[in-house]
Amino acid sequence: MSGKPKLHYVNARGRMEPIRWLLAAAGVEFEESFLETKDDLKKLQTDGSLLFQQVPMVEIDGMKMVQTRAVLNYVAGKYNLYGKDLKERALIDMYVEGIIDLNELILSNIFQPADKKEEHFATVVDKATKRYFPVYEKVLKDHGQDFLVGNKLSRADVQLLETILMAEECKPDMLAKFPLLQSFKARISNIPNIKKFLQPGSQRKPPIQEKDIPRLMQIF
Amino acid sequence: MAGKPKLYYSNGRGKMESIRWLLAAAGVEFEEQFIETKEDLEKLRNDGVLLFQQVPMVEMDGMKMVQTRAILSYLAAKYNLYGKDLKERAWIDMYVEGTTDLMDMIMHLPFYSAEMKEKNLALIIERARNRYFPVYEKALKDHGHDYLVGNKLSWADIHVLEAILMVEECKPDILSAFPLLQAFKGRISNIPTIKKFLQPGSQRKPPPDEKFIAKVKKIFNI
Repeated sequence: MSGKPKLHYVNARGRMEPIRWLLAAAGVEFEESFLETKDDLKKLQTDGSLLFQQVPMVEIDGMKMVQTRAVLNYVAGKYNLYGKDLKERALIDMYVEGIIDLNELILSNIFQPADKKEEHFATVVDKATKRYFPVYEKVLKDHGQDFLVGNKLSRADVQLLETILMAEECKPDMLAKFPLLQSFKARISNIPNIKKFLQPGSQRKPPIQEKDIPRLMQIF
Repeated sequence: MAGKPKLYYSNGRGKMESIRWLLAAAGVEFEEQFIETKEDLEKLRNDGVLLFQQVPMVEMDGMKMVQTRAILSYLAAKYNLYGKDLKERAWIDMYVEGTTDLMDMIMHLPFYSAEMKEKNLALIIERARNRYFPVYEKALKDHGHDYLVGNKLSWADIHVLEAILMVEECKPDILSAFPLLQAFKGRISNIPTIKKFLQPGSQRKPPPDEKFIAKVKKIFNI
């Protein structure tokens, strides 16, 4: 018998955030157990709770799931956010993998040494505006529908919104050249479950700050 | 209408190798178009056939699929190598993500400086021995079946075999503490489609040599 899913991670976005987004979008309430110290992580490791000794870990439906993508795939499949057939799934997967690549690029910005930061930031902006966002803008333009795949909300829409907002935290006018993505952003943000998640007091985590890094590095 | 899948990549393992393994295991014949120069890659980009300007790209079933994981998931599902339900799929995904992490480490190895190479090689061996292989050994021990998930061949078995062979290329006796994985290796290698792929003359690619690494650096601006 399953209670609410329980998320084990640090109290930060990191690799758990897309999972929080997807659960929230699916309207699934979840609990969180935060790792505060290295010992917290060690305890989970020695308990045998972490298949590969790593977090994220999500207790869900009798499993202790690890590996971000595996968890996202399971949640998407369970809550019908993964398309209606193999081909829609293929499109969703392609779009999502692109989004994840961009996401990683943005995430890694704060970990760059001071002398590399500016160059890296320029790369983030370049890739976002020339490689990734044009793809999603074109997808929306070509079919003229509200959602990326299959005329229905899927994980691709949720994950794209998450990444758009992260990109805008880096550079507020990131979507200047992408009118369809701008309306997409507004539209998906207005979906009740997502709107709720975007409000203060939700389980959405704030962007990581430089001052948090030593504390987080210490745990890992 | 279905022709053979066509793979676009350089003539080496890299990110395409797991896709070659899965197609071969599923008994699917495929063609390959090799990127030999920077200009070859530029042409594909200018032709607009690479969604994110990157390879691997696989043409199949009317799609130009990119992103390794998307391609692998599609193939696994299409050829019934992805378990029978959501939960089996979850286990396959977890196992495969583990082996992907391990194989990615090996893939990046040739691109490091000599000093970093040695350090990372030691890390790969440590991770294989202490983090990854114990998981698969235990899975086989706990259920006593021939395959990792659902008592049936799946993507997980193929991926783990690929990882085992790659690590053995780094350290031949890596499986010495894992008797069940040794038997697993023998067993999965003997599956006819896989046995064929393991023989000389197949489309399986050799480990990268210096010449290949130099070429890849040039093509992809690394």
